[in-house]
Amino acid sequence: MNVPTPAREALEQFEQARGWEQRARLLMQWGDRLEPLSDADKCERNRVHGCESLVWLVAEQHDGQWQFKASSDARLLRGLLALLLVRVQGLASSELADLDLRAWFNQLGLERQLSPSRSNGLHAVLQRMAELVSVS
Amino acid sequence: MFQPSPWRADFPAIDALQRQHQTYLDSAATSQKPQALLDALSYYYGHGAANVHRAQHLPGALATQAFETSRDKVAAWLNAADSQQIIFTHGATSALNLLAYGLEHRFEAGDEIAVSALEHHANLLPWQQLARRRNLRLVILPLDVQGRIDLDQALQLIGPRTRVLAVSQLSNVLGTWQPLPALLAHARAQGALTVVDGAQGVVHGRHDVQQLACDYYVFSSHKLYGPEGVGVLYGRSQALALLRHWQFGGEMVQLAEYQSASFRPAPLGFEAGTPPIAGVIGLGATLDYLASLDAHAVERHESSLHQHLLRGLADRDGIRVLGTPQTALASFVIEGVHNADIAHLLTEQGIAVRAGHHCAMPLLKGLGLEGAIRVSLGLYNDSDDLQRFFEALDQGLELLR
Repeated sequence: MNVPTPAREALEQFEQARGWEQRARLLMQWGDRLEPLSDADKCERNRVHGCESLVWLVAEQHDGQWQFKASSDARLLRGLLALLLVRVQGLASSELADLDLRAWFNQLGLERQLSPSRSNGLHAVLQRMAELVSVS
Repeated sequence: MFQPSPWRADFPAIDALQRQHQTYLDSAATSQKPQALLDALSYYYGHGAANVHRAQHLPGALATQAFETSRDKVAAWLNAADSQQIIFTHGATSALNLLAYGLEHRFEAGDEIAVSALEHHANLLPWQQLARRRNLRLVILPLDVQGRIDLDQALQLIGPRTRVLAVSQLSNVLGTWQPLPALLAHARAQGALTVVDGAQGVVHGRHDVQQLACDYYVFSSHKLYGPEGVGVLYGRSQALALLRHWQFGGEMVQLAEYQSASFRPAPLGFEAGTPPIAGVIGLGATLDYLASLDAHAVERHESSLHQHLLRGLADRDGIRVLGTPQTALASFVIEGVHNADIAHLLTEQGIAVRAGHHCAMPLLKGLGLEGAIRVSLGLYNDSDDLQRFFEALDQGLELLR
């Protein structure tokens, strides 16, 4: 499967990152690049529950391709969301279903962020994404 | 000045965690275990497991004896008058649920249950749901600025319609001891039953249930350096007699027919199914270990570390400690920093603290917060643990700011 260009860029950066500080800085930079959500999108319907931070995820399908928007009030989580979106943006449902996102975060060296423990948001975001994609 | 913990080496996991570069500062969630407990579990499983209160064979007799000896040890730990006042449950939460179901028959619509604004969900939700089932009024006792139940208001709110007062001894979020003597005396005078959630309190200092004069006292083994899956419900004998049976099956039964049955009194009548036998035996071993320690030395150590923690937090800009913690823990938020972000960076640096709502969502909401970071201490922590935490905190804040 083709890896989108921004995702390749992310992979290169994170593979080169040394230590937790560099990874954290990169995460914050990626978080800052996340397109802001409108207030209308930050509604209860788009809330991802099961996170201890506020997280919103919006999924829309155009011509068979998925377009996602996401945000959070927590900075590092915004970075994780950005890294998720660059990998899934524009995919078709079947491509999304085949995509191993755990492996993606593994490649980035961020696998621990996927822990199902409640304080972490990413796990719940992936579940929510799978739900949104499967119902349509 | 370095403050070592004389008991650190008694807890093998602390060493193992340190080899994984983990500093454990989340003992209010659950504690590490002493070698004495590991030995007891290994001995029990290694020498023959058996069910209790059922079998005539020798392994059954030995297991029953060890199990009942633990009951004696718990009774002694709490200074209960009689071991038969100790019921083993599957945790503090299940003990509180037992009470909320076991006492349900005593309520009429319009009666009141009083809990405080700082209760852990375990001591809020069973009563809240009971109130909803029976059309009762759940009265929430407000807090003062320090994070203690406001006595003046509480004494007004606990009245003749109050049938049960259920309050924490030590707050799991604010680290404040609650004014139990005055609250319990007033509730008793109003004819209410009193329930003390000792899940945090039991871990710090020795508490005498006869002196406390509560009707029921609840705690969980795993926070008191014992195994999970075991909770304790102490009750005054007259108070235990008020409880209706709530879970059925196993040796809680006296006589069973197809259409009817009769049940044993407390404690066995409230221990339906096979109890957590190894866990109960392990708790007994933990209590032996704890009883062997110099209680004053433990108290001095914990109090001095706690002061160190509070000083370090006060020394840093923008940190707001919740309430006025007195023992063992402190929860805080940082101006302009999301607690999930700092928690993330502390985790990256191997600092195990808790972030979030601490199973007390209404309390956090009342403070206008989504969550907080909580540092909590056990008797194995030393000042180096706190030093590592503060260094990690400073590094994390530097990155985020």
